[in-house]
Amino acid sequence: MPRVLIDSVLCKGCERCVGACPQRILGLSKELNAKGYYPALVLHQPRCIGCCLCAITCPDSAVQVGLNGNQYKLFEY
Amino acid sequence: MELVFKNTTGLVSVPRHYCPGCTHGVIHRMVAEVIEELGVRESAVGISPVGCSVIAYNYFNCDMQQAAHGRAPALATGIKRVRPDLTVFTYQGDGDLASIGTAETVQAANRGEKVTVIFVNNAIYGMTGGQMAPTTMPGQVTTTSPAGRDVNHCGYPIRVVELLATLRTPAYLVRVSAHDEVHLVQAKQAIRKAFRYQLEGRCFSFVEVLSICPTNWGLSPAEASQWLANTMIPYYPLGEIKTPDDGPVTEAHHAQ
Ligand SMILES: Cc1ncc(C[n+]2csc(CCOP(=O)(O)OP(=O)(O)O)c2C)c(N)n1
Ligand code: SF4
Repeated sequence: MPRVLIDSVLCKGCERCVGACPQRILGLSKELNAKGYYPALVLHQPRCIGCCLCAITCPDSAVQVGLNGNQYKLFEY
Repeated sequence: MELVFKNTTGLVSVPRHYCPGCTHGVIHRMVAEVIEELGVRESAVGISPVGCSVIAYNYFNCDMQQAAHGRAPALATGIKRVRPDLTVFTYQGDGDLASIGTAETVQAANRGEKVTVIFVNNAIYGMTGGQMAPTTMPGQVTTTSPAGRDVNHCGYPIRVVELLATLRTPAYLVRVSAHDEVHLVQAKQAIRKAFRYQLEGRCFSFVEVLSICPTNWGLSPAEASQWLANTMIPYYPLGEIKTPDDGPVTEAHHAQ
């Protein structure tokens, strides 16, 4: 199972990952972070396919993707 | 749990100062990932420009220099000629590279310096508050073109890659875009290829990355990506414009 790990301190709430996710499982938190941004949030982790597009599109290195078990490599990055 | 997408060791883990959604951060990350993947982090020297990315030396986890406005290719030339064993790259904006630094860019390309230039084209001067750049689109509103860029008065935007492609010296010249995830995957491959050409001692390599500046374009990051796709890509065609394997250019490459 893949797992999206978002650093809510680094996130600036630009929503690039929200638009990039093909499964549409990311959104914004309703609470501000220390810098005054609404950080991104995983809304429905079980539907994640582990494509890493959220992490690839993040300008602030705030997203990492973890994995338990095996997974197909979907594309070459 | 194993990390399948892990933050690169090519960047220092500090928060970056860029505006929310600015693709400078993504381009930093891709360059740093390539440096790490190619195993050249210890021998890499980056040169930061003047512009929003002026303090890139605080972010890249390799040796860094900072050049006077537009002079990064000249500094890169000096470093590479004295120490050809180092992997030298410059990271420059369009106000830096295509305006005040045009001469350095063209001459370094013409000499075929074995360095890599990362050219971030966001069609505006970001750091100074959104003035018109040589790459600003016709009709685009900036603080110095409040009625939109008038091409009769300021000419058309410069296509730097096509300009350099007319030079006889072999080079790797490519244009990619950072506006969405699909184009980022392609951009990463182009950046990797550019560094490989340098490591093989083949040629001058130049990657133009179309980038968004939501702050000075006055758009949200999502709207800015749309604007880039609809307005900039038709004028700045993506792809490899020249590779070192191409023969001499007989006819200038004109996209439009
Ligand atoms: C010699 C000199 N002239 C002018 C400036 C003012 N200046 C600072 S940044 C900049 C333009 C930066 O634009 P760009 O290269 O597009 O980078 P961006 O900020 O958009 O990333 C200018 C003109 C300067 N610092 N030094
Ligand atoms: S002003 Fe523009 S180029 Fe500079 S950090 Fe902000 S969005 Fe990026």
